[in-house]
Amino acid sequence: MGPIQLSMTVASSQDFRDRLKKEYGVDVSLCYQCGKCSAGCPAAFAMEHTVRQMLRMVQSGLVQESLSSYSIWSCAGCETCSTRCPRQVDPAKFMEALRIEAKKAGLVADKNADLFNDLFLNSVKDTGRLHEVGMIARFNILSGQLFKDAEHAPGLFTQGKLSILPHKIKNTEAMAKIFANVQKKRGGKS
Amino acid sequence: MKYGLYPGCSLNGTGIEYGLSTKAVAQKLGIDFVEIPDWNCCGASSAHNRNHLLSVALPARNLALAEQHGIDQIAVPCAACYQRMKAAEVALRDEATRQEVGEVIEMNVEGKSRTRALVEVFANDLDADFLSSVVVRPLSGLKVASYYGCLLVKPAQVAIDSPENPMIMDKLMAALGATPVEWSYKTECCGGSLAITRPEASLGMTANVLKYAKLAGADCIVTPCPLCTSNLDMRQKAAEGLLGMELGLPIYYFTELMGVALGLEMSQLGLTKHFVEATSLLKNSPAAQ
Repeated sequence: MGPIQLSMTVASSQDFRDRLKKEYGVDVSLCYQCGKCSAGCPAAFAMEHTVRQMLRMVQSGLVQESLSSYSIWSCAGCETCSTRCPRQVDPAKFMEALRIEAKKAGLVADKNADLFNDLFLNSVKDTGRLHEVGMIARFNILSGQLFKDAEHAPGLFTQGKLSILPHKIKNTEAMAKIFANVQKKRGGKS
Repeated sequence: MKYGLYPGCSLNGTGIEYGLSTKAVAQKLGIDFVEIPDWNCCGASSAHNRNHLLSVALPARNLALAEQHGIDQIAVPCAACYQRMKAAEVALRDEATRQEVGEVIEMNVEGKSRTRALVEVFANDLDADFLSSVVVRPLSGLKVASYYGCLLVKPAQVAIDSPENPMIMDKLMAALGATPVEWSYKTECCGGSLAITRPEASLGMTANVLKYAKLAGADCIVTPCPLCTSNLDMRQKAAEGLLGMELGLPIYYFTELMGVALGLEMSQLGLTKHFVEATSLLKNSPAAQ
């Protein structure tokens, strides 16, 4: 990041902060940057910008930078930050909101996370359940890591944990309706 | 006692021993679990990372099915499913949300059925005297690290116990005769949700949980979550490599240890379906004698 004139970015990004507040219930102006969220974050070591820094970026109007950040995809969603935040900012919800907004804006930095969510939700949409084996196999092929976790396959197989065929619910139409109705109401790809 | 049961997808796959031990223990204790007919996936982290409405609607169909079948309380073994089902139950308390979600699932949902974590049902609903009366093989001398993970105790709106120092499973283990160890990683995330997309980051988190259980003097770890278990069990060898230390910690579902204490066969409980060998410790402990 080069030098940025914050007096301009703050004003021009008010819409985004308003949306975070209205749609996700996250008011970033409450954050006084104490850093308790990031001190206890078990995934902070894997982030370029910690959740405290991400909050500051959005306060400062660096919206594109925050949405295209890889750090939001390193968040494990454990919610430790939200239980400890003294200002009830709900930093976990904030990170989740950035992931949803990044998808809408076409700025997802972690293609693997995007692929994982696609495959997971497709499995649910088609069969009503998650078929673990099918999803992991597709993920490995499409992410170009054919033998990822392959060393665990024989063990899983002998333990009876690899069900080759998906378990399908009877009323798969109900799934199709839920996904279609959500899209009708909310728009965008779900 | 009669409960609805929402097994979740993992119990047919990677968490198969959780399903086996849950059913065996329930039968032994005379608890009647009725599986919610035609239940669907809760959407897990993928739904709520994509679309809030979808993340409420998917579990809401299960809640609506439970209502249709007159199920007041739904026992949920998987911690991830529990969190999503409970979050939907909480969201449905709002009338506007209930209306909108009803339109999405095209079913009437009143939000009357209560979602309960399976560990709550076994630890809170059973009379303590009754439980001690059915323990035939107390787990004496077995030092267990109770590992709760994230999703049963966070966030506050759905938590079954304290997010920092939960005790519900420690107390259950003590009731079975085991010795819970004190340790500070009870609710530290194992990185389960990153295991597929960010395996290196996830492994570092898994390794920390295992390391501190070992340093606290535990013989084994006990969990209520299939995602934590497959992470801690299947990836333990890789964690040993990363840490440069030997761990050898069997990872048990709390239902497996309950089953052993109740005198059930280890194979019936799925104890032979582990990566880290899990039967010797229980055979060698005074519990077996």
